[in-house]
Amino acid sequence: MVKAVINSIPVEVPENTSILDAAKTVGVNIPILCKHPDLHASAACGICVVKMKGSQKMPRACCTPIEEGMDIVTHDPEIVSVRKTVLNLILSNHPNSCLTCGRNTQCELQTALADFGIREEPYDKLLCSAPLDSTTGTIVLDPPKCIKCGRCVTVCQEMQNVWALSFLERGIETRISPAGDISLGDSPCVRCGQCSAHCPTGAIVEKDDTEKVWAALQNPAKHCVVQIAPAVRVTLGEHFGFEPGVNLSKKIYTLLRRMGFERVFDTNFGADLTIMEEAAEFVQRFVHGKSVLPLITTCCPSWVDFMEKMHPDMIEHFSSSKSPHEMLGVLAKTYYAEKQGLSPADIEVVSVMPCTAKKFEIHRSREMSASGFQDVDTSVTTRELSRMIRQAGIDFANLPDGECDPPLGDYSGAGTLFGTTGGVMEAALRTAAFMITKEKLPRVEFENVRGLKGVRETSVTVAGKEVRIAVAHGLANVEYVIEKIRKAKKDGAPLPYHFVEVMACPGGCIGGGGQPYGVTDELRAKRARGLYSDDKNLPRRCSYENPYIQQLYEDYLGEPLSKKAHELLHTTYKPRPMYQR
Amino acid sequence: MDIEKTDIEDIRRNVEEICAPWEGRPGNLIMILHQIQNRYSYVPRRISFEVAKRLSIPLARIYEVITFYNYFKLEPPGKNIVSVCMGTACYLKGAPSLVERLGQELGIKPGESTRDKNFYLQVVRCLGCCGLAPVLTVGQKVYSNVRPEQVPGILAEYRQGAVV
Repeated sequence: MVKAVINSIPVEVPENTSILDAAKTVGVNIPILCKHPDLHASAACGICVVKMKGSQKMPRACCTPIEEGMDIVTHDPEIVSVRKTVLNLILSNHPNSCLTCGRNTQCELQTALADFGIREEPYDKLLCSAPLDSTTGTIVLDPPKCIKCGRCVTVCQEMQNVWALSFLERGIETRISPAGDISLGDSPCVRCGQCSAHCPTGAIVEKDDTEKVWAALQNPAKHCVVQIAPAVRVTLGEHFGFEPGVNLSKKIYTLLRRMGFERVFDTNFGADLTIMEEAAEFVQRFVHGKSVLPLITTCCPSWVDFMEKMHPDMIEHFSSSKSPHEMLGVLAKTYYAEKQGLSPADIEVVSVMPCTAKKFEIHRSREMSASGFQDVDTSVTTRELSRMIRQAGIDFANLPDGECDPPLGDYSGAGTLFGTTGGVMEAALRTAAFMITKEKLPRVEFENVRGLKGVRETSVTVAGKEVRIAVAHGLANVEYVIEKIRKAKKDGAPLPYHFVEVMACPGGCIGGGGQPYGVTDELRAKRARGLYSDDKNLPRRCSYENPYIQQLYEDYLGEPLSKKAHELLHTTYKPRPMYQR
Repeated sequence: MDIEKTDIEDIRRNVEEICAPWEGRPGNLIMILHQIQNRYSYVPRRISFEVAKRLSIPLARIYEVITFYNYFKLEPPGKNIVSVCMGTACYLKGAPSLVERLGQELGIKPGESTRDKNFYLQVVRCLGCCGLAPVLTVGQKVYSNVRPEQVPGILAEYRQGAVV
């Protein structure tokens, strides 16, 4: 431990704690625009300067470890003046388009300028001229708004190992861009949106599709149905004064009905269905030796995109089951449409997702139009839904509880777990164990697949056989798992795993690229707890127990992996070039 | 040599030849890029793709390095490379007005080539002959104590049909 003094307050922290973090422990907030709790310090922005007694220098608090006996001043008129100068310099490269910016009122730079009372611009403007890039159809890159903090580049390169974004040129010419100034749509970008979730300004934001949703809701010819993802129910409340992790499913059902949707479905139902298909696939491979092991989960569209671009040799390991959101979409336009006597052409399926990549998934291949029409018409993120709530003048916090609609609404505890890392694995194991043994598990929790460790390797025993599993989240963590599989295959060694779950975003969908800003591991843990308690409180905790799932198979699909199930609920993968140009 | 039409196997052979001696050595990317530029006069994208594969590094890393250093070019430069020294002595003796005049005559900015690919204009730091300031070079030929009004005459030496 190191003892020091910050603003005359004694502080004791472990060695190698930065001054920035040490100050937080005694209630001192040093302003910062570049350092993010998920990422290493880069000393890029320069507003975290502090003074040290006995030194002429002004070190940056984010990247200076606190040392024994240090006497630090974090705020005095001179320091504040330096910070103002730095902010003014940043402002001189920043367009004043706050009122029409995607981050208006939620921008870290805007907040800093407001806090420091910057009222005029002493320096001439010099703006980056690189054009707006919306070619991914999921996120929008607006280079002039970039303050070169480097968060997105670190996220894209180190956290996600995608390397779509890089810093090109240097000095005043510095810009974030894919290699060679091509568009993001032509780059390796997997559309996870983690750059947008970490950007302090509006330089990278989600593509806004709210107008499309309003237009559909206003169209009398359209029968609008909606689905919400597992992870949205425990995060939306953050925008409306709720504690992170509070499960607001029932308020959200009421909300969506008031917004004008004719039917309110739940992606958790789709998750139960994905589990039925995926667990059946696993049993086929694990018990009956049909096709190769390990089986790798494919609910995450960024992970699918990543694998197709970077690891196409893994395609044979991929589960062919579509994601829950796509399964629900296609059933809305087939099963539900037939039950209601509606034409799928008249049904508009909207999904509310924690995810930017879902905007891409809805048209990623022709299998996403298995109903004959695009199965999910529009996908909006949690952040977009928040804006829609305010536009609609709905007092979300005080809404009464409501219910979702049959036959695509009710879900089991397993379905809700899909929103967190480890959740798909746990949900699948519950049903796979039943499919193998035909017996109910005495205990449905698989605690060792839970948590936020980047890669979790463990094994469980099902019907007397060991099932070796791995759970990875954050795409950089996937390399370790893939390499291990690849090496074992090459050497003819026993497989390291039978079943692998991957989610692109750290924490899984609860930390998705379209979720409320300000995510940290602490917040991820709270959001995940919300889903685990939803699971715990539900009467049915295994997908196969969901009566609507049972009815769906009886009335419509036959059994998991049936011909009809394959037509509607499964997809294919193909290698794709990392760079289109 | 049009790199876009070169057979991929030829490209791979060249990349292998350049990369192999630097195998596993730290900081090798910059040395490899130097040799590529020496061979091709710029760093073609097709070559960068192969270098990325050969070194198992992301393409984005290669472009970060190429664009960070002024030396590397992403486009093939024009036939005659006009370099204006902007070192301190040349700067003080009027190099900026040479750059300006060259820009007017050629219709390009430093770092660009003329449309006919006959000239490439660049600004360089000290050429090591401050006594001759301001200095510019065209290819290997050095022009000293240059005044802006001499620029058209110098360029004329390298225009189509000029007797050199």
